[in-house]
Parts: sequence; structure tokens; C-alpha cells
Amino acid sequence: MAALHEDETMGLLQRLNHASFSHGIHPAEHKEGTRDKAIRRLPFAPRLFVPLSQHIGAPAVPIVRVGQEVVRGEPIARADGFVSVPLHAPATGRIEAITLMPTATGNRAPAIVLHVYQADNQVVGFGNEVDLARLDRAALIEAIQQSGMVGLGGGAFPTHAKLRVPEGSVIDTLLVNGCECEPYLTTDHRVMLEQTHALLEGIRIVMRACGAGRAIIGIEDNKPDALEVVRQAIPSDSPIEARAVKTKYPQGAEKILLKTLLGREVPSGGHIFQVGASMVNVGTAAAIGQLIPRGEGLIERVITVAGPGIEKPGNYLVPLGTPTDFLLEQLGFNGSEAEVIMGGPMMGKSLPSLEVPVIKGTSGLVVMNEAFLNQPVRKSYPCIKCGECVNACPMHLNPKELGLLAAKREYALMAERFNLNDCFECGCCSFVCPSAIPLVQQFRIAKTYNREHAA
Amino acid sequence: MKLNIELRTSPHLRKTHSVDTIMRNVVYALLPIATFAVYQFGISALALLLTVVASCLLTEALFNYLGGRPNTINDYSAVITGILLALTLPPGFPLWMSAVAGFIAIGLGKSLFGGLGYNLFNPALVGRAFVQAAFPVAVTTWPPAYAANRFVEFIPTTLTLPFTEPVDITGWSQQVAVDAFSGATPLALQKFEGVTTPVMELFTGMSAGSSGETSALLILLCGTYLVARRMMDWRIPVGILASAGLTAWLLHLSSPETHPGPLFMLFSGGLMLGAVFMASDMVASPVTPLGIWLYATLIGVVTIIIRLYGGLTEGVMYAILLGNAMAPLIENMTQPRAYGHARRRSRS
Repeated sequence: MAALHEDETMGLLQRLNHASFSHGIHPAEHKEGTRDKAIRRLPFAPRLFVPLSQHIGAPAVPIVRVGQEVVRGEPIARADGFVSVPLHAPATGRIEAITLMPTATGNRAPAIVLHVYQADNQVVGFGNEVDLARLDRAALIEAIQQSGMVGLGGGAFPTHAKLRVPEGSVIDTLLVNGCECEPYLTTDHRVMLEQTHALLEGIRIVMRACGAGRAIIGIEDNKPDALEVVRQAIPSDSPIEARAVKTKYPQGAEKILLKTLLGREVPSGGHIFQVGASMVNVGTAAAIGQLIPRGEGLIERVITVAGPGIEKPGNYLVPLGTPTDFLLEQLGFNGSEAEVIMGGPMMGKSLPSLEVPVIKGTSGLVVMNEAFLNQPVRKSYPCIKCGECVNACPMHLNPKELGLLAAKREYALMAERFNLNDCFECGCCSFVCPSAIPLVQQFRIAKTYNREHAA
Repeated sequence: MKLNIELRTSPHLRKTHSVDTIMRNVVYALLPIATFAVYQFGISALALLLTVVASCLLTEALFNYLGGRPNTINDYSAVITGILLALTLPPGFPLWMSAVAGFIAIGLGKSLFGGLGYNLFNPALVGRAFVQAAFPVAVTTWPPAYAANRFVEFIPTTLTLPFTEPVDITGWSQQVAVDAFSGATPLALQKFEGVTTPVMELFTGMSAGSSGETSALLILLCGTYLVARRMMDWRIPVGILASAGLTAWLLHLSSPETHPGPLFMLFSGGLMLGAVFMASDMVASPVTPLGIWLYATLIGVVTIIIRLYGGLTEGVMYAILLGNAMAPLIENMTQPRAYGHARRRSRS
């Protein structure tokens, strides 16, 4: 522990040496409330809402009937094609309905409603132990798909689909994302500290599945304890390496961390495998390390529940499908008005309904209270061309020009000449704008408009 | 659960400083320079400052009223224009002409373009350029600094009746001047009489000149404050001073007798105030990284060329106006290379 303490007072010079990308921002971290809180379980909610589409790609197809009893861990929906994953019952209980339920996007989408048997011991009743050594690359990818694994960092892209690369492409390096650059969130931090061995096991499995010869774990330098624990758990002759990267938003975005760690750039409109790399989040890797050897499916995940509105902030292991209002009841919310953000405050979505459940891509809930909501609305000024957005954009776009064009509804021009489609909506431009112009919001509208008019 | 939930779009957090915070801090940064001007030139400089600022604010309010727009004088940008404009005028500049300068600066330089954020040129320099053309005598009449009675007595030209030309102050100047402080500016002395003012006097502001342009040291300190608070782009002043210094140094090497050295050039005239507070006007300067350096270099080089080879003693005003005019073009040519793209795309 002495070494741990020393590392926490990491010198300024040492920090200056840490790899990073140019531009980006430094929002207040707000992680002190939950980063030291160990992962805990909560009681099961009486009803779980399991949406069929918790991932990018085709929604899963239900394989259960209404009224059927299911055991915790039992498959309840199958993957529909390659870019899709199955679903597993997050608890033992009875299927009450398959119906439309609210989602974070504001639309209603089909979900399986599971009535949980509160008296049950909730032991995972499904799973076949696998001898990993006997599985080849294709079989490993298949096993990862069958576990229902998606990017747990928030992307929710089916993990197996990232690992299979077209004929002729080679992945030389697997990058493991332990940045967690969003304010408030500490799930990846706790996973690295508490599930270190599962994390390393998962990295080995993913390396085999994608054929990478080495792996680099990138950890922001505001988590020196995690860096130290992970480093000590890595055997000396291992092809896995943990590196500190600068604490800066959006360090944890896939394209950005790739640039930071390997100096490579994903070509515009392309995929990360085209430059010989793949990336998984530490949470995803740890879940793979736990589930694949046991042949189990993804039924729960770690989320951070934090923010000024929450009485008992912390990191919780929650069954998928747990509705937000149940979490707020368990963890205490005082007041009558709130904004509940699913994900971090920079890129997360405000929930339109408290029935929206925790899904595979939910990294946290940030709950804002009245004090936050009643802050005076910042006055909006015309663009004064200060260039702060240009100096903040991690993709080196020109948000100032994009914003001026958006105001004139020149959406096609934005895409043609100012690379609108390279914007991944990190929100740095809106964050820094002294004129309080809703830049990223306008870019979203422009992209949607272009998509709808492309056909 | 009984709870009203509010829907907002990400990002849910924002940095705190806003346009009016930035503008207010620019005003704070200009106050020491204005105070020094009053100390140096007395109540005339004070009256000049107040007149121009008042004229700017009234013009802004008038145009808002005429255009049926919300009043924008609270954003402090008109105050900045007023102070900057006053600082570039001779301390004894007739007050009625000062009011005209303020009216033109805001009216022609800013409001007609659409107000804050839409102006093509630095409004203060538009006002300055107008009076340079309209009142060529008054704008080159330099009273001596540190006149004995400066805190109780106006410079004779200050109170010129509206629509009349100011009186000649040569006699008055000789009468009040303290020793070495004659009325001519260091640049004029150098250009027309071959007398070079010592660099240290220029640096600290112990010379004649426009109200707020004399002390290079003070301007640098105030600029540093804004840079430290991240409210000014340091690349613009650094680029201008470096390119002006380099150009002056090369020309000085070629013929030292006729071309003064780089330090004299940097610390004399309006270059320092122009580089730090005028060219860095966010609205009228480019935002792309390469564009900023090109813009700054252009201004630095053109300033020195006008000073040495043009008919005027000072070139910084026209250099910045030219830079402002070029800014959109420069920006268009220097779009940054976006992530994931092979090279700069040509934008023409």
C-alpha cells in the first residue's frame, strides 16, 4: 500500500509525460463522491423491463411466451443476424408481457416485462463451463456473441462484431479503454480495482478472438490506484501493458484514445480495424473474463449512481432491466424536480420517463436536483469568433464555421465542406462556448436532416 | 414515484465564463492604461475618455432603438470600443471630434454590420481611420506629456467649439513643456528629424504620443492578465510583435542609418496597443491555428513597411484594418486538417 500512496501524489513532471491528444477540455470531475465506494448489490426490483434492442444493430427476437417461467441466466431472446446479440433473463421469474416500453431516446420500443420471484434465491441457473483452450478464433467470437456482450462503456456495439475483421485485415494491437473521462462516472475505476483478474482474463480472451499480439490498457492519470493495481496484476512476461494517459475529456472516445496510445487515426467514415487495432472498454473485458469461461450470458452490470440529487451515491451491480424509479427509491432522492441523465453529463441523455430501465450500455445515472436546474439560463450571444470551440474540438473540425452554417440551415454544405459527419457529438464545443450557442445540438439536427434527405 | 423530470440535451455541463465576463475583463485590463493616460496628460485625457465612451454607448443604444433590437450596451463591448478608440487619439483631441469618432466607430464599424459578432473590422479602428481622414490636423497635434498644470487646465484644443477647427498649440506647448518633453511623437521625430528616442523611455511611457499608446510595459502587463485568464489569444500579439521585430531588424541591418532598430520600432507608436488589444479583437481575427499566425505576421510586416516607406509616421492602424479585411480569406485558406482526413482540403 505504500507504493499506492506514493503514486497518488504523482508528480507534475510525471503527469506531463503522459500521452494525450491535442485539444479537448477539462470539466470538473465530480468523482470524489463515488470513486472510493466499493461495488454493491441492491434488492431486485419487482418488475424488470428488458428492451429487445439494447445494442446497435438488429433487435433480438424473443424466444419466450407470455406466462412462461424463466430461470436467471436463461436465454429469452436470440440474436437476429451477425450484428445483433441474444438476451438472457436477468432474474428468475415469470414473463408478464412483451410490449412497448419507454426508452432513453424518447421512443417506445418492444421490451420483455419480467415479474421477479422475490422469494427465489436468484442463483444463475444457466451456463456451460467452456474449455477455452479448445476454442478457435471463430468459436471464441461465437461464444462472445452468445453471451450477449456489447460495449459496456456506453457504445453498446456488439463486441463480437468488432473482433471479426474482413479477410486481409490484421489487428496487431488490442486497446483497452480505462479512461472513463465523463464526469461523475466511476464504474470503470471500481471494475479495474475490484475485478482486476477478470479484466486480465477477458483481455486475453479478446486478444485471442481478434488475433492481436499485444494489448495496451489506457488509464487516465486521475486513477493512479487503478493503474497501480492493474500493473501489479500483469505478469512480467505478458504482452499486456497498462499506460497512464492524461486526464482530459474526451480521452475515452475510441478514436481519440487510439490516437493517444498508438498515434493512429481512424480514416473518416471508416473503422478502427482498418488501422490494425481494436478497442474494448475495461468493463466489457472484465465481463468477458467472468462470463465466457462459465458459458453464461450478460444479465447485470456495474453502474454509478451519482449527482447532487442522490442521497446514497455509489457504484452498484444492477440486473439489466431495473427501472430508474426503483433505483431512485432505493438510493434516495429528495425534492420534487430532477433531471436524470443516463450516462455521463457530457454525452448522456436526459430520461423522458422514470420507467426507462438500466440496459447493457448504461454506465451510470447522474441525477441533478432543483438547485442545478434552477440556475439562471445563460444568456445566448451572437458568435464572437473567439475560437474556443476550434481549440476544443478533438476531431479538429471548425465548430465555429459549422455553427454559423447551421444557423443558416446550410446543412448539406456543413457535411460537404466542413466534415460534419466526423463529429461524434462529444459536446466540447457547446461546453466552452462563451456565447452559449447550442453547437453540438445544432449539429445533431443537421446530421439527422441530412440522413433523412439522403434517401 | 412523484417527481417532475426535466428534459435537456447534452452536454449538461457548461464552462462558466460568458461573453459579458470576457468583455468585462477586457475593460478591467484597459483601466490601468487609461489611468496612466490621465496621469500623463491630465484632465484632457479624462474628458476624452469619457466623451468617447459616452458617445459609443449612446450610439449603440440609438441603433438598437432604431433597429428595434434589445439593448446591448450591457455586454461591455461598446465600452471597450470607446476606451480603445480614446487611447489611440491625441490627448488634446477636440471633444466634439471625439464624439464623432465614437459615433462612426459604433455606427459604421459595428451596428450597420449587425452588432456584436458581425463586424468585419475592429470598430475602434474604423472610428480612428475616419477621424484620420476627416480631421488630419487635429489628429496629428501632439501636446507634450507631463505638462505642469495638466490636472487643472485643459489642453487648449480639447474645448474647441463644435464644427470648428482647433487652435494652433505650438506656442502653448513650448510654454508648458517640461524639459525634454516636446510635442512631437518619437516616430515623427525619428522619421522627419532623425532623432531617436531612447528605448527605455518608450518602454515606460516617458514620451509624447496618443493617450494610451505611450507605455509599452503597462500594455504588456495588462495583456498578460487577459492571457492568464484565457480571455485573449496570445498567438496574435506574439506573432505581430515577433514579425514586426524581425522585419525591423532585417531592415535595420541593411541600412542602420535610416532604419531604426527593432526595439525602437516595437515600443514606439501604437504598435504595442494595436498588437495586444486591437488585432486580438476576436470578431475580426481568424480562428484557425495557421490562420492566426498568418494574420499576425501580415500585420507585423505591413506595419513596419508603412512606417519606413509610407508617407505616414504610423502604420499599425492600416495594417490591422488590412489584416481584418483579409481574415475571412485567410481563414478560408487555412482550414485545419480534420482527424481521419489525409490532408488539408482546399477550400477555394
